[in-house]
Amino acid sequence: MTADRHAVAFTLNGTPFERTVDGRLLLSDFLRHDLEHTGTHVGCEHGVCGSCTVLVDGNPARSCLMLAVQADGRAVETIEGLTPDAAPLSPLQAAFRKHHALQCGYCTPGFLMTANALLRGAEHLSRREIREALSGNLCRCTGYSGIVDAVDEVMNGAPASNGEADPHAV
Amino acid sequence: MKPAPFDYHRPATLDEALALLERYEGDAKVLAGGQSLIPLMNMRLARPAALIDLEGIAGLSGLRFERGRLHVGAMTRHMEVERSAAVRERIGILSAAMPYVGHLAIRSRGTFGGSLAHADPAAELPALATLFDATFTIAGAAGEREVPWNEFFITFLTSCLEPAEILTGIALTLAPPQAGWSFHEIARRHGDYALAGCGAIVELDAGGDRIASARVALFGVDATPVRLLAAEPAFAGRVPSDAAIDDIAADAAANLEPATDVHGSTAFRRDIARRLIASGIREAATQASQRRAPEALRA
Amino acid sequence: MPSSWVGTPVLRREDDRLLRGHGRFVDDMHAAGMLHAAVYRSPVAHARITSLDVSGARDLPGVRAVFTAADLGAVNRPFPLPVPHPKLRAKTPVPLASGTVRYVGEPIALIVADDRYIAEDAFDHIAIDFEPLVATPSLAGALAGGDCVIHPDLGDNVAARFGQSYGDVDAAFAAADIVVRERFTSDRGSGQPIETRAVFAVPDANTGIITVWDTTQSPHVARRLMAATLDLPEDQIHVIAPDVGGGFGPKVVFYPEEVLVPFAARALKRPIKFVEDRLEHFRATVHEREQVHDVELAASADGTLLGMRVRIVHDTGAYVPWGVIVPFITLTTIPGPYHLPNYDAEVTVVYTNRVPVTPHRGAGRPQAVFSMERMLDRLAGELHLDRAEIRRRNYIGADEFPYDVGLIFRDGSPMRYDSGDYPQAQQTALEHIGYDAFAAHQGEQRALGRFIGIGMAAYVEGTGLGPHESARLRVDSAGKIQILSGAASQGQGHETTLAQVAADALGMPMEDITVRTGDTAGVPYGIGAFASRLGALASSAVKIGATQLRERILQAAGSFLEVSPDDLEIVDGSVRVTGTPTQSIRLGDLAVAASGAFPGSTLPNDLAEIGLETTAYFRPAQSTYASGFHVVTVEVDPVGGIVTILKYVISHDCGNAINPLIVEGQVQGGLAAGIGGALYERTVYDEGGQLVSGSFVDYLLPTSAEVPAAEIYHILAPTPLNPLGAKGAGEGGTIPAPAAIVAAVENALWPDGSFHLHAFPLTPELVWQAARDACGAP
Repeated sequence: MTADRHAVAFTLNGTPFERTVDGRLLLSDFLRHDLEHTGTHVGCEHGVCGSCTVLVDGNPARSCLMLAVQADGRAVETIEGLTPDAAPLSPLQAAFRKHHALQCGYCTPGFLMTANALLRGAEHLSRREIREALSGNLCRCTGYSGIVDAVDEVMNGAPASNGEADPHAV
Repeated sequence: MKPAPFDYHRPATLDEALALLERYEGDAKVLAGGQSLIPLMNMRLARPAALIDLEGIAGLSGLRFERGRLHVGAMTRHMEVERSAAVRERIGILSAAMPYVGHLAIRSRGTFGGSLAHADPAAELPALATLFDATFTIAGAAGEREVPWNEFFITFLTSCLEPAEILTGIALTLAPPQAGWSFHEIARRHGDYALAGCGAIVELDAGGDRIASARVALFGVDATPVRLLAAEPAFAGRVPSDAAIDDIAADAAANLEPATDVHGSTAFRRDIARRLIASGIREAATQASQRRAPEALRA
Repeated sequence: MPSSWVGTPVLRREDDRLLRGHGRFVDDMHAAGMLHAAVYRSPVAHARITSLDVSGARDLPGVRAVFTAADLGAVNRPFPLPVPHPKLRAKTPVPLASGTVRYVGEPIALIVADDRYIAEDAFDHIAIDFEPLVATPSLAGALAGGDCVIHPDLGDNVAARFGQSYGDVDAAFAAADIVVRERFTSDRGSGQPIETRAVFAVPDANTGIITVWDTTQSPHVARRLMAATLDLPEDQIHVIAPDVGGGFGPKVVFYPEEVLVPFAARALKRPIKFVEDRLEHFRATVHEREQVHDVELAASADGTLLGMRVRIVHDTGAYVPWGVIVPFITLTTIPGPYHLPNYDAEVTVVYTNRVPVTPHRGAGRPQAVFSMERMLDRLAGELHLDRAEIRRRNYIGADEFPYDVGLIFRDGSPMRYDSGDYPQAQQTALEHIGYDAFAAHQGEQRALGRFIGIGMAAYVEGTGLGPHESARLRVDSAGKIQILSGAASQGQGHETTLAQVAADALGMPMEDITVRTGDTAGVPYGIGAFASRLGALASSAVKIGATQLRERILQAAGSFLEVSPDDLEIVDGSVRVTGTPTQSIRLGDLAVAASGAFPGSTLPNDLAEIGLETTAYFRPAQSTYASGFHVVTVEVDPVGGIVTILKYVISHDCGNAINPLIVEGQVQGGLAAGIGGALYERTVYDEGGQLVSGSFVDYLLPTSAEVPAAEIYHILAPTPLNPLGAKGAGEGGTIPAPAAIVAAVENALWPDGSFHLHAFPLTPELVWQAARDACGAP
């Protein structure tokens, strides 16, 4: 059985790559196993948990819902590209650490890529809007408050809260 | 959950794409944004012999206002619609609906045409298409055809598209600028498919008190999006506070056949629909009267 | 350097690698020549396999092997039962089904291929015929038995029937002024860690040792069970849990893949990796929570509890891979923080054609707390007492510890609450949510057409489950401290917290201390991470070991320097005479010297022990009892039954917090799971045993838009039972959440107490239907 093979040329974290891939290979598997960038994680493979989130041409995308061939001609960014190995953590990463926004760390790359896209958008979102923007990434460990605090701090310079009343609250 | 084997093609032209679809005799599927199709393929619920990726074909995306209609290329990403200032200004209900379409990452890749062709009756865009009397431009081997909204959506996850056809564009007929609109859905979590949802457009009469015309479209309430064609005339002539509006809404809801699934039963969805219709009409009417107010002051 | 590392919110060491995407999870691992496995699982709930032909799968290009029950030989026998119970008629899983399949998802064959894509392709080429048997249609149907008996030799589907009681409930009920009766139900849910399970077995032909990278929460238990099932000496199996993406209980259990994958790896002499996908996870990894409670509560007119009778039916699924610990915990948790002088509880554990049931965060306690707390609300309503007041009247006082409950706990010892302050927990939480002003506020909002409500729940949780936890500590030749703990980590921050504990006990800076967990080669015996035990036990083992190690260091240094250990201090990586920097020896040099620097070297006569190393165990005398109180306000939208949480306040007693940042994270994270279990997470099986809610489309996890940040207040009631005074913190956010949230929804719709909600999770439709039932709508 001949596999359906295709050439792809793309950039990964700014570095150009050329590869030949099976037509049905998922982008998530391609990044993790062929390109050995295991920072992008797989949680559900049906586009709900967001652990596989990468940036494609600057926009967040679920890599489990893309084929590797669809990366052709695109600029793909993964968590490994956020900060060079030798460099200190970025302000967003440092804020995650400060606010205990990760526990097991499995969903974290997905959250960081989504948050990165929000920050690049340069809008100032309210806490409610931040929560909604992050609602496409699932976490089972943290209960989200540290993640929201971290994004809020980097985006708006806001301090963390001990508890939060819903803005719709009476 | 890896997809079953298939051939992948990325044609450079629409004609090539159509020829490929013909070649596979109904066993190929078009790949647009992939946000609905790839999950099904990963779960092996969809196992096409081939995927025909439309990404490489020029001219299939973009937004254009022309002669009272909004033309949307089928491959236009949701994100582009969401961010369009012109859409916000001229067809505000569409801007209001976009944040409910999945999540950010879905909207970066998912396409307007893809969502419509997927024909999920619980999705926002099929309902809005019916609300704006959309026409669908469909390309096939024999050329192009235009299909009105009431012939496009056939049943659950089924449009009128033949296996060898491609949806290339959609045209929505804008409402008059003085019309008010309302958009609401009830969903279990932010971003979920709605248990039921409603879009409404209301124009007021010259006096500004009574409803001159109303349009209502619902999602999540039947096997296709539902336009309340039978009920709409009954709203004309009413003042928004009229209790009759609740009765019309109740009658309309009683005729719906929503599915039962783990998230809600038929009766539940009907009840939500009933309430959303009534509140939708009233809210759209309020917005319409707010739009008229500056004119009234000038008069 | 802080005066004490323990109690300081130190930022975690784990974070740097995880934030950079350099975590090492099982699926991140590679080995040359590795192959990939998939498991072919039963598509039917209850059937006899009449024929199975895998030759088509074997012949598929890229498939290297297909194993069925027949290929496993003697290895295919039921697993040992890890947690026994005298009344349990135990049926444990086998690695691969051969005669009968008993739940959708039960493993039938293991496929090994060049990649996972091909392995899944092979499923289409397995020819299998089933003779359908009647599936248990429901829990009640399973209990009734008849034509749907799952394990025929048992005669019915009752796995166990047992109970506990104390006092004289009959007399109590006879003397009562009021008796309230209710039935409560809870649905199945599942832990759903974001990383699914994975097993990567790497055989080494040179050493004969097989290394198994495993997402397990209990590496030592997994190794022991692998050795038993594979008939290998334990020393030939090396189990390592690397970075693990969440556990929450389900990854404690021993699964068929933990036998199948090493077996296949040894048979094929190739590394083999199995990564469970999410759809599989729903059908293959354990569930928990479905129970039915019939409760009767007897009280006096002033609300004093006199007695309680509970009859529980518990769905344990098709097998009992772990035992019947969940319903056992339920029984013993119901009395809670209250004086309950008479109690009689019995549980019937029932086999069903569904995924097996073992503990998931909360472990049978949310159901128990639901029953007690909702009954107290009922009682308050009947007696026209305030809900907070009725609890106040029944709390065990802060001066009553140790308090003998009258029951036997899961560790076999009498249940004795050791510490806590239940009235204070309530008071603090109610003050901070503004309880006293709420009723008036609620009335005002009702007039505006908004339905807001408030609900509360208290709990006591046995934590720090024994029998022990371990730590091995040594000074290496560079003078750094290496600690290996029997604990395993799935996000709890042990690399940080255990280093904090060691730093204090050693009197050394944290940066000189490295902690590793989750490796059977590290310590000889370990138990693992579950049951909120590590804050109490792993830390205590480290404290004991670090204290011992410091003594060893000082004794050895004193011996080499010929001074008394009392005159020595450890500063800047050296041991020196206090205040005399010139009389010192570097720690690394000391470690080398004390272990015999070179052949024929002389050790001082008074050197008490060779080397600077120690292994310590902490054996708790009994479990230690954490506790807390939740209060929550919600708004209910009657149109769609949607519940929005407005404000959530938690009082939490976990004794001394080693790292307050991490404790808060555990409580907040636990709350998210509790909210999920209260409002979103519902497992649905149809009457044929098919799992209807088998993906994230139908089984909903709460997102950042649904989980607010709780206000968390710490009630400090340290335990005398371990050297740190610490109690478990992992489950307190979850346990009372369904009770509190459902109470708040009920209060929002019927503040007069005229209608009651008896089940969790509440779906929008259940809320909507209840509202209609209450006002008699058609």
